[in-house]
Amino acid sequence: MDEILDGLTQIDCDILIIGGGTAGPMAALKAKKKNPKANVVLLDKANVKRSGAISMGMDGLNNSVIPGYATPEQYTKEITIANDGICDQAAVYRYAQECFGIIEELDSFGIRFQKDQNGEYDVKKVHHIGTYVLPMPNGDTVKKALYRQLRKARINIINRFMATRLLTGEGRVAGAVCVNTRTSEFLVVRAKAVIMGLGAAGRLGLPTSGYLMGTYENPTNSGEGYAMAYHAGAGLANLECYQINPLIKDYNGPACAYVAGPMGGYTANAKGERFIECDYWSGQMMQEFFDELQGGKGPVYLKLNHLAEETVAEIERVLHIVERPTRGHFHAGRGTDYRKQMIEMHISEIGFCSGHSASGVFVDEHARTTIPGLYAAGDMANVPHNYMLGAFTNGAFAGLDAVDFIADVDFAAFDQGDVDAERTRVMAPTKRDDGIPPNQIEYKTRRLVNDYLQPPKVTAKMELAQKRFEEVRDDMEQGMYVRDAHELMRALEASTILDCADMAASASLYRTESRWGLYHNRVEYERDDENWFCHTILTKGEDGKPAHTKRPVKPYVVEIAEDEKDAYYKQRVTTTVAAE
Amino acid sequence: MPLAQTATTVPVIIDKDLCIADKGCTVCVDVCPLDVLRIATTDDGDKTAYMKFDECWYCMPCEADCPTGAVTVNLPYLLK
Ligand SMILES: Cc1cc2nc3c(=O)[nH]c(=O)nc-3n(C[C@H](O)[C@H](O)[C@H](O)COP(=O)(O)OP(=O)(O)OC[C@H]3O[C@@H](n4cnc5c(N)ncnc54)[C@H](O)[C@@H]3O)c2cc1C
Ligand code: SF4
Ligand code: SF4
Repeated sequence: MDEILDGLTQIDCDILIIGGGTAGPMAALKAKKKNPKANVVLLDKANVKRSGAISMGMDGLNNSVIPGYATPEQYTKEITIANDGICDQAAVYRYAQECFGIIEELDSFGIRFQKDQNGEYDVKKVHHIGTYVLPMPNGDTVKKALYRQLRKARINIINRFMATRLLTGEGRVAGAVCVNTRTSEFLVVRAKAVIMGLGAAGRLGLPTSGYLMGTYENPTNSGEGYAMAYHAGAGLANLECYQINPLIKDYNGPACAYVAGPMGGYTANAKGERFIECDYWSGQMMQEFFDELQGGKGPVYLKLNHLAEETVAEIERVLHIVERPTRGHFHAGRGTDYRKQMIEMHISEIGFCSGHSASGVFVDEHARTTIPGLYAAGDMANVPHNYMLGAFTNGAFAGLDAVDFIADVDFAAFDQGDVDAERTRVMAPTKRDDGIPPNQIEYKTRRLVNDYLQPPKVTAKMELAQKRFEEVRDDMEQGMYVRDAHELMRALEASTILDCADMAASASLYRTESRWGLYHNRVEYERDDENWFCHTILTKGEDGKPAHTKRPVKPYVVEIAEDEKDAYYKQRVTTTVAAE
Repeated sequence: MPLAQTATTVPVIIDKDLCIADKGCTVCVDVCPLDVLRIATTDDGDKTAYMKFDECWYCMPCEADCPTGAVTVNLPYLLK
């Protein structure tokens, strides 16, 4: 294994789905169900059985809209406010209306959701205003249940192929170029429609531990979704609205205030005092976190040591078996007992992810991108605060719409020269006798991201970043060297990461205001609704560099009253609650 | 620009006595999202899984899915 082989195969399918994590499998199932004759291919860099953010499972649905607890209108309003107003509500509203149907479908797959003694869904309040968090008692079975459905529906699964570029022609999508991660052989997939569900750009900033794969996101998600959309000419929205999360220091996994919050846990400063009213992740909340640290009251902690033994035991049971099961080992190694010590947290490195913020490939309420026949769903598509249920639901929308799209089209012709050029680009690091290994290119890019792009954002620093990135790009293009197919995968990822770093700097410089709390805190500028109440759309310019336009926010479906608009900026606890 | 041979300690450990790679098992190699595990042939001709690349997300599918309990996932030293 891992020996570099020379080879290229071409296959055809009706719908190619790239990424078999969360959104991808649901897109595949929905498309196949709607048109059983369609040839649906689900392709993944890893193995669909255990790939993506939900590889080991999930603690719960972070944003379910359950009749009796919340209405689609309330949810749409909450997400609009959490996202500082910059939101095309149609996609959020459609999600809110239809996500309950998806929950019932997941339930029929054998994934259970918590119910109370009366058999009602046991939904918890974590958000600032409404009630949307639904625990999953057997959350560790999600991926297995999905995989069973994929087998049953006879979806063609292709594992261990990494998509590197989209193919386009006749003004629409034509397929994708993929590379085998263990042999470097090429696979060209011609498709009438392509659905992208490649997840977040999770390897953009460098974790403070210095460990390249010590990220919050599954590090398989290195951002190819963003880079491929960019090179194909699609529009990407609001990339300056970074993902930055409050995480367990060093472990870099979620502290899980969403689990612990409803049971009495909360985020506290070093004195054990609560300083934010709401633990739901938003840019505004992260700004308060940052301010607390700046004010000398840090570190910030997750506090559980005031809770009753049964409660702590229950929290442990959930947190140590499902999402990130090594969490228990981590705490044991540090000697942290939830009953005695608080859990040290920190501010994560940056990434792109609409699942938690809003930075993604621009899509509408059908998950259509700006390129006909090309869809995006999940963490890489710009529907804000999507999370897992958003990935499932928008994946479903993409699958359904793609079936209609392929009804009247044949394969788009593409330029064979594009495939040849991609082969040359991909294989370049294998043609040298020595040079810089991909891990050093990646480390340097990501270290520079931390140094110059991590908010608060400063113009001069971001401009310096652009200069440094150019130097690294020269090194990469002239001198990157790999010895086997595995390293070649990392080399391709390094180039993706550099593309994303360029986009992050460029998008952040374009929006000359502050927005979304810490996510786009530009110290030289205040929020400016007059000029910047709009999306920013990044595309690949004529010169091969990012170009930008403004795109108006579509008229709201659900009105937001003037005094509600800034609710997420009002979450600092005024009189600090004393530690219990 | 020759490459250095810098040593690094890896977080995932396989118990050779429990591993049944010689019977054709490749489960841990198959499921790992980062694709960092491989099967090696030891000096005595036996086969065993091992961690070839130090690029682990400490996520645990390898340990959870191994049919014989041969895999132990520890935290990478840098963040332990
Ligand atoms: C640690 C953690 C905890 C979370 N907790 C919760 C929670 O409790 N509740 C909740 O609602 N949400 C939670 N989320 C968010 C939720 O899991 C995600 O929003 C959702 O799963 C994203 O789905 P996706 O399909 O976009 O991406 P993923 O499920 O990550 O899938 C992306 C897929 O793309 C593949 N891929 C990547 N690059 C390529 C390439 N070049 N070629 C081919 N394939 C590729 C990957 O292998 C992967 O299978 C959590 C996320 C994380 C990381
Ligand atoms: S899954 Fe277990 S038994 Fe199978 S190869 Fe891996 S370590 Fe060995
Ligand atoms: S813990 Fe995860 S990344 Fe590490 S070897 Fe096991 S499956 Fe692979």
